[in-house]
Amino acid sequence: MIAYLIRRMLYAVPILVGVNLLTFALFFVVNTPDDMARMQLGIKRVTPEAIRLWEQQKGYDKPLIFNRGASGTGKITETIFWQKSASMFWLDFGYSDDGRDISREIRTRMWPSLAIALPTFLTGLVFYISFALVMTLFRATLLDAAGVALCVVLMSISGLFYIIGGQFLISKLWHLVPISGFSGGIQGFRFVVLPVLIGVISGIGSSSRWYRTIFLEEMGKDYVRTARAKGLSEIGVLFTHVLKNAMIPILTGVVVVIPLLFMGSLLTESFFGIPGLGSYTIDAINAQDFSIVRAMVFLGSLLYIAGLMLTDVSYTMVDPRVRLS
Amino acid sequence: MKRLAAYLLMLLLAACDGLWNDPYPSSDEGRSILYTAFTERPKHLDPAQAYSENEYALLANIYAPPLQYHYLKRPYELVPLAASAMPEVSYQDSRHRSLPADAPQDRIAYSVYEIHIKPGMRYQPHPAFAVDGLGRPEYDHLGPKQLEGVHAPGDFGHSDTRVVHAQDYAYQIRRLADPRLHSPIYGVMSQYILGFREYGQALQDALKKNPEGHLDLAAYPLPGVEVVDDTTYRISIRGKYPQFAYWLAMPFFSPMPIEVERFYEQPGMKERNLTLDWWPVGSGPYYLSENNPNRRMILEKNPYYDSETYPPHGEEGDEKAGLLHDRGKKLPLTDRVVFTLEKETIPYWNKFLEGYYDASGISSDSFDQAVQVGAGGEASVSDEMRKKGITLSTSVATSTLYTGFNWLDPVVGGSSERARKLRQAISIAVDFEEFISIFANGRGVAAQSPIPPGIFGYREGRAGINPVVYDWVDGGPRRKPVSEAKRLLAEAGYPNGVDEKTHQPLVINLDTTSSGVGDKSRLDWLRKQFDKINVQLVVRSTDYNRFQDKIRRGDTQMFYYGWNADYPDPENFLFLLDGAEGKVAHGGENASNYSNPEYDMLFDKMKNMENGPERLAIIDRMLEILHNDAPWLWGYHPKNYVLQHGWLYNVKPNVMANNKLKYWRVDPGERAQYQKKWNKPVLAPLWIGGGLLVIFAFWIRRALRKRDESR
Repeated sequence: MIAYLIRRMLYAVPILVGVNLLTFALFFVVNTPDDMARMQLGIKRVTPEAIRLWEQQKGYDKPLIFNRGASGTGKITETIFWQKSASMFWLDFGYSDDGRDISREIRTRMWPSLAIALPTFLTGLVFYISFALVMTLFRATLLDAAGVALCVVLMSISGLFYIIGGQFLISKLWHLVPISGFSGGIQGFRFVVLPVLIGVISGIGSSSRWYRTIFLEEMGKDYVRTARAKGLSEIGVLFTHVLKNAMIPILTGVVVVIPLLFMGSLLTESFFGIPGLGSYTIDAINAQDFSIVRAMVFLGSLLYIAGLMLTDVSYTMVDPRVRLS
Repeated sequence: MKRLAAYLLMLLLAACDGLWNDPYPSSDEGRSILYTAFTERPKHLDPAQAYSENEYALLANIYAPPLQYHYLKRPYELVPLAASAMPEVSYQDSRHRSLPADAPQDRIAYSVYEIHIKPGMRYQPHPAFAVDGLGRPEYDHLGPKQLEGVHAPGDFGHSDTRVVHAQDYAYQIRRLADPRLHSPIYGVMSQYILGFREYGQALQDALKKNPEGHLDLAAYPLPGVEVVDDTTYRISIRGKYPQFAYWLAMPFFSPMPIEVERFYEQPGMKERNLTLDWWPVGSGPYYLSENNPNRRMILEKNPYYDSETYPPHGEEGDEKAGLLHDRGKKLPLTDRVVFTLEKETIPYWNKFLEGYYDASGISSDSFDQAVQVGAGGEASVSDEMRKKGITLSTSVATSTLYTGFNWLDPVVGGSSERARKLRQAISIAVDFEEFISIFANGRGVAAQSPIPPGIFGYREGRAGINPVVYDWVDGGPRRKPVSEAKRLLAEAGYPNGVDEKTHQPLVINLDTTSSGVGDKSRLDWLRKQFDKINVQLVVRSTDYNRFQDKIRRGDTQMFYYGWNADYPDPENFLFLLDGAEGKVAHGGENASNYSNPEYDMLFDKMKNMENGPERLAIIDRMLEILHNDAPWLWGYHPKNYVLQHGWLYNVKPNVMANNKLKYWRVDPGERAQYQKKWNKPVLAPLWIGGGLLVIFAFWIRRALRKRDESR
């Protein structure tokens, strides 16, 4: 397995270089260093000299990707691409264009994101699987039909509606939790309840239907019939056999997102005033801050690759037939 | 399981002490704290760099520049803040010989501002001022070990203060030329402060030679700034520039202690965001005690601020409005100000209604809920708001939102009669009163010229209207009929919107960055305005960068633009149309590239004059030229609407002063009472929901048992 993981890690290098190149190309097609300087320096009273100085100090006065004027390796290394991207491979994200330490910003903001995303993920997982199991248990009955109909209705509602509706009902009308805000420690509990609740409810429709489909497929298999024939109760069949055998498709969708949890959610964090990472990339794109954009895209790709590798590893844990070699 | 449930219950109870939806810790209850919000994180907090409104909302309360705007008096008036009196200005000729105060402008080669600061003013507590037993700085040789676990200035063991010296003000002026800081006013100040450009160049050269080394700002000569003694310094500027006093009321000219800059320059500080741009150090009424721009920022009362009291006088009506009850009291009147990040308007508004913010603006979504407009157009709070004790204050912003014509465009630009009449026709056709009513909920004043109300040169009544667009009817301005616009259009050579030379319909392009769903209705409205005179409007939506690029290259016909005043002087608006400021030719702020020799000549004459009848006459003539040339659709001046709760006192709109927080006072007892009244938790839904869940669980269990029994 270790050889497999090392091989996968080596495969990741060209993928990350490619992602970087693509991000770089897309960013600089839309924004020139002049535009970036103007955005940083403000609209009022910006002189061409100030723009030149800014570019010089931030290293944006170099050629984008190939420096004809330099000699030797300088042709590659004395470029914006190299100077802004190479250090990321040893996870040195440097400073944003307005002078803040990006690694520190990520470290600070990932915890509030996790405080929302992790409980939402875990509670949601338990709830969706339980709900799907109940629907499977009562398949082809009125309860199942009502459950499916409920899922379709919930799937059809926009995520924004859940947030605004939840804030209106639970905070504004019933005054049960603060409408927005965040706090560390035990005081943070009341700020987390509502976004987690809304996060879980908004995912019921699609996730429960998906799990129900997986469970129903498993229910038709021979081992289920055998288990029933042996006299196992329906709950015993579902929780002992069906759930275990349905783990591969469940893990495929679930494990890959685990490393990405701390990247946060733009909409939720924005409406609930959570100081997380959700809006960091979008804010950076709006501010034309390439240093942050490239760091966040790199991190996202890295985590996605890590998620895929974790998924592969998790297969070996739930299915002894799977061997990574 | 029982233990877990008990723990969860304890956790819930601990988290929900006090009101359940109170976003603030219960320890804050009863304290003199002002709660407000910010919607966008400030980019810079270094007074040499910050220039936006959201940055000044914090910085102006932390730093104390020499001057400030009187909080209560109108029109806006400069008064001393850190200065002990208004600066003494003396004039010199080109050989530095003294001139009398009434010397003609063309003889004045230099103006010298002598500023005396109040003795004994002290900075906020900060570790950079801490000294050891021998009087040496305690934290001037820090290494990684000493910085372990340090994330804010408050994490250092000791802090202290020191007296503000004139030297600190002089040092901050030097910082404006520091090439590493990119101060936005370096360019402007280079035109005025004596030797400033050369000084900046010397710093740039030094930095180029040694990019990583220490740049000693004091090592290079700057003849325009001179420290006389501990409480006096002089600034020499070229020519006569009375507006320079307004710059002295901005944080750019605050004092900066050199030891603070040295403190932050130590290795390891930047990696911990310990910089002047993150942790400002001032001598104003507050200091920044918490800086988490992703969540909240807290200003704490500066314990060493004792140099200012609440103004004893205001203008007529202030006494009756209760704005002078606190006269003579030491400022600031509030111990702490908590700014919370609220990116979305819905939670912001709801928290205000719950009593968790003391004041709020009004978004378009909430306007009808908050405000009712009387038959005469006067705005007041709705009955719902009145019942809550909420009051409304309004003020016209010192800004203007306009639609510019590009003077370089062959169709709409230039001084030809044809183009002029075309612009005049469009000016009449586009009904900004209707725009304000539909899209701004009436929150604006249709502009007659670039000068907004409250600024010298703005005239009320008949004398102030734009006679090209309005008639004076029944004691008020009335927009000329569309027939007049059509007549002008025909005279311009476009009868019924068709070019009489080419027989092609007239098509005009508008460049804008507006492309969202919300913008569509505005652009549709604008198209309809042009339809009134049978002119086709083509909207060219583009991204921000391309739009700015087009403006710089003069590759537009019409465009949306705006200006927010730096200071309340007509020069700061009229320069937007000065030929020497042309965007294409000079890279200045005249985005429409308007050029009229007579206007430019009058502007040069007017810009450095003191306010008075002579200056007013020149401005009148300049506005007459502008009305006739119509280089802009004058657009409108937005109105600010602010709602405040009854427990917040001394709030008077002041669009120029950013350091208002020190005058505001809250009654925390009254606030707590209302919060309790408005936020009683409704528990019934919890019981009902819980009950339904239990019933459902029992039902499932019963159904399963039945099923197993039947098998």
